[in-house]
Amino acid sequence: MLVLTRKKDEAIIIGDDIEIIVSEISEDKVKLAIKAPKNIKIFRKELIKAVEDENVKSVETSGFDISKLGEVIKK
Amino acid sequence: MVIKTKFLGEIEISDKDVLTFDEGIPGFLGMHSFAVINDSKNTFVSYMQSLDDENVCFIMMPPVFIEKEYDIEISGSTVQKLEIKRPEDVNLYAILTITGNFKDATANLKAPIVVNTKNNKAVQEILDDDRHSIRHRIVKESDV
Repeated sequence: MLVLTRKKDEAIIIGDDIEIIVSEISEDKVKLAIKAPKNIKIFRKELIKAVEDENVKSVETSGFDISKLGEVIKK
Repeated sequence: MVIKTKFLGEIEISDKDVLTFDEGIPGFLGMHSFAVINDSKNTFVSYMQSLDDENVCFIMMPPVFIEKEYDIEISGSTVQKLEIKRPEDVNLYAILTITGNFKDATANLKAPIVVNTKNNKAVQEILDDDRHSIRHRIVKESDV
């Protein structure tokens, strides 16, 4: 893993067309500005983790009566 | 072809029922082929059954059944990867989580399954906005 030290308003470049700029630093937070092509997906990591966890939980579903849910949906 | 399913036993499906997730699904990245199966008794849900593991099956529902005004912006990345040409070619599904009591059922409206019906390529699109919840309750207190 590459570890770099950057100051406010400094940036790093990843590949040919991704730029990450340190736009603000406060006590325990940094604000990053990211310039990247539209086809690059950028997410907060915890959001991906939350979707993964929910998918795993969804698959554990079993032994329920789905028709009951239908009665509610039809209302 | 005949496949083994988690909820409906062995059933016959055709190639046009099979979705391809080139990138997999978060939590199940190694699985790329899923069959969409409708339940003749419960027409409001569809099952998305993994062809790699019969124990992996999602229960899904069109998100508009849950939220009438459901609308999302599909990312440029997804439009490109799924080769989406027209909005009317897109199908959306919300994955349901049902643990124990059906009254506690939730739908993942923040990460819908997006399908290009023209080529059956699909992704789970993660929406980075606060309008939609990963655990949107389906059954309201007033319904029961």
